[in-house]
Amino acid sequence: MADEKAIERLKELWNKYEEVDGKFKDEMDPIFQEPYYPDVAEKLYNPQRPMENRITDIGPPYFWQFMPPIIQKNFGKWKSHQIIQPGVIKRISETGDVVYVVRCGTPRLETIDYIREICDIADKYCGGYVRWTTRNNVEFIVDSEEKLRALLEDLKNRKHPNGSYKFPIGGTGAGVSNIVHTQGWIHCHTPAIDASGVVKSIMDEIFEYFGSHKLPAKTKLALACCLNMCGAVHCSDIAIVGIHRKPPFVEDDRISAVCEIPLAVAACPLGAIRPATVEIDGQKKKTVRVNVERCMFCGNCYTMCPAMPLADGEGDCITIVVGGKVSNRISPPRFSRVVLTGIPNEPPRWPTTVKWVKHILEVYSKHARKYERIGDWIQRIGWEKFFELTDIPFTEKCIDDYRLAYTTYRTSTHFKFTKHVKTKLEDYFIKK
Amino acid sequence: MGEVKKHDTPMVDDLKKGPWPSFVDDIYTYGEKHKKQACFDIMGQLELSYKHKETHWKHGGIVGVFGYGGGVIGRYSDQQERFPAIWAFHTLRVHHPAGKWYNTTALRKLCEMWEHRGSGLVNFHGSTGDIILLGTVTEQLEYTFYDLTHQLHWDLGGSGSNLRSPACCMGKSLCQWALFDVQDMDYELTMHFQDELHRPAFPYKFKFKFSGCPLDCVAAVARADLSFIGTWIDDIKIDQEAVRAYVNGEIPPNAGAFSDRDWGPFDIKKEVIDLCPTQCMYWDEKEQKLYINNKECNRCMHCIAVMPEALKPGDDRGVCVLIGAKSVILEGAQLSTVLIPFMRVEPPYDELKDFIYKIWDYWMENGKNRERVGEIIQRIGLNKFLVDVLEIEPIPQHILVPRAEPYIFWREEEVPGGWARDLAEFRKRHPA
Repeated sequence: MADEKAIERLKELWNKYEEVDGKFKDEMDPIFQEPYYPDVAEKLYNPQRPMENRITDIGPPYFWQFMPPIIQKNFGKWKSHQIIQPGVIKRISETGDVVYVVRCGTPRLETIDYIREICDIADKYCGGYVRWTTRNNVEFIVDSEEKLRALLEDLKNRKHPNGSYKFPIGGTGAGVSNIVHTQGWIHCHTPAIDASGVVKSIMDEIFEYFGSHKLPAKTKLALACCLNMCGAVHCSDIAIVGIHRKPPFVEDDRISAVCEIPLAVAACPLGAIRPATVEIDGQKKKTVRVNVERCMFCGNCYTMCPAMPLADGEGDCITIVVGGKVSNRISPPRFSRVVLTGIPNEPPRWPTTVKWVKHILEVYSKHARKYERIGDWIQRIGWEKFFELTDIPFTEKCIDDYRLAYTTYRTSTHFKFTKHVKTKLEDYFIKK
Repeated sequence: MGEVKKHDTPMVDDLKKGPWPSFVDDIYTYGEKHKKQACFDIMGQLELSYKHKETHWKHGGIVGVFGYGGGVIGRYSDQQERFPAIWAFHTLRVHHPAGKWYNTTALRKLCEMWEHRGSGLVNFHGSTGDIILLGTVTEQLEYTFYDLTHQLHWDLGGSGSNLRSPACCMGKSLCQWALFDVQDMDYELTMHFQDELHRPAFPYKFKFKFSGCPLDCVAAVARADLSFIGTWIDDIKIDQEAVRAYVNGEIPPNAGAFSDRDWGPFDIKKEVIDLCPTQCMYWDEKEQKLYINNKECNRCMHCIAVMPEALKPGDDRGVCVLIGAKSVILEGAQLSTVLIPFMRVEPPYDELKDFIYKIWDYWMENGKNRERVGEIIQRIGLNKFLVDVLEIEPIPQHILVPRAEPYIFWREEEVPGGWARDLAEFRKRHPA
């Protein structure tokens, strides 16, 4: 409980923060040494006068104070690195210092007890410091081989009650890294599919590729539960995207109360929504109508207007895109491309999606050359070859018809003869 | 804290199996231990979503903390009677420290706060980079914010049509390839633009991301409206002795990233020289010496990544600034395009700040609702954006290829005599 003294201390600590403008460098902000007082806010915050003593616009804590002394000392002085085993990177400084970084996958969606366990590990081996990567991996940094061995042994043995690893080691080099993903049904209002469950199902199945270096190059996976694509799904080696397939409802009785009609109309990138008036119980009501022929199911109208829901358990499906990347290494960054769509949404294990992802990964692994990312490999062999090797049925859904579609059509006689090519005109027609 | 009410969740329970960390096991373990009804209710609602294959979160919900227009996302269950503990389940975005380093003392205190104020569920981290605190009720929001700012000196991140929390890679803290101090620039710009981060006044979201080198580990080129990617302008540094060590098989290529597969002995010609996208390298077998024609190099990093002990980026370093990346909503996905090919940077980056204001001023004045900066550039043309808006001299680095079609929007002042013409004079010369 926060007594008068504690409250006084908090005020002093704020003065101290202001003195250095938050830029704690040589010591950590002493506020963190102060225990958490669950009753302070209720004591001091006055809802009638919210601006009283308010602290705003202070940003995140200054990063420097959260870095271990050995990192501070060697900041900007790193000379080289070696991945001594999957998930373990030895980093060598020009000062002669060496650190070992142990990378572990996390589910991203977790509880604070899981975070506390990470803290326990960091306290035991890493002097109380830890960091996360952009791809939701957690990294433990130790300064000796002895600590490294002990840490690795410790991590291996930490399991959840039903046997899953809490901290699988990997995510480095020519393997798959953790799947960047979104909220899904656990917390989002627009998803077509779940996120955490699909990711868990895929990672369970391709687990060996997370903790090994046997692929031709680094392979980055991502998942977006709808077309909003929080995260760089559109530039991933393999990515899963949740897709709606039914045009939005229009709730005539509700729409004018909960939406700005012009905003709903403007929300449609294809101009498929127009204003309309209907009569309900003798009352004229403003609403909209959707030209379903033009709807591409992007869901932007629902984002702008709650009276236009389009999620549908029966209709929503999964699309797999492949061949994207963000690195400039060898080839420039490029977009992922749609290769499979209409995959059924199959909780709790999404077997069809999982099967395809693993299959694409393994066909790539078998055929690509060393250093070739999936997109580089496909670039070399041609998309027709990709469809042949993977046995993915090519459909008209893979042919672009949105902006800049023409740039994706083949304008040369440079193609390979795969099983798709026939020798008689009549064989090119769709079999009824 | 009474007894908790459990729900039957057979489908969700299936995700306890398998090697990848199970979020289900984690959430149930935490719920049992701390008797948190929200954990059981959210698993119950997820089970219902698995059954219906639809989300059970209502559309949006306008909640927030006083004085901020972002940082809190409202969330309400549409199954409030069945799952009362999550009837309101708002998200707070907490601004992560640059590089995602943490001291466990700070992290534990944050956990304590969230155990008291919310569900105890988190994301480390959300796609933009923030720590996501998942699940609390409206009444707790101000108190949570009070605790965050007064007891942790920690601020919320961005959401909505504002500057989103900037994000960077590990930078100089761990990586020898960080060509500028990504963490410092991230922090400096974050602090400078606090007003833009907390008070939405933009047409739509705006993201900064900072990657230390062209490998772009933070996916800046795919995700950021302004992408800052480190690069160098002088020569790659060669340690010929180390090159020979790679050639002689004394050092594993690519820092050991391919360790679990037999790719045969290292072949510098095949693995480096021939894969160089500009063919600017030459290995003299007789001299046992590597030559690089640096004037032709496009700094893709491949050779450096394959032989990190032997090759290092040059010493004259700076950033490449690119603009306009986004995912598919609305007009289709875009990668960032080159704006400033190279500039040296020094804190406090004042000229960059002014430059950013210049971009924002135009976008805020002319952007349509939910139009990202990359889309307004598409709408008006990169040439106009460069020349008329930013007053930047166009150079070949801005484009991949010159335009193919010659429909040029000439300005009147560029054409001799302007556009005002005498029709009578014209017809004197050319009777109709």
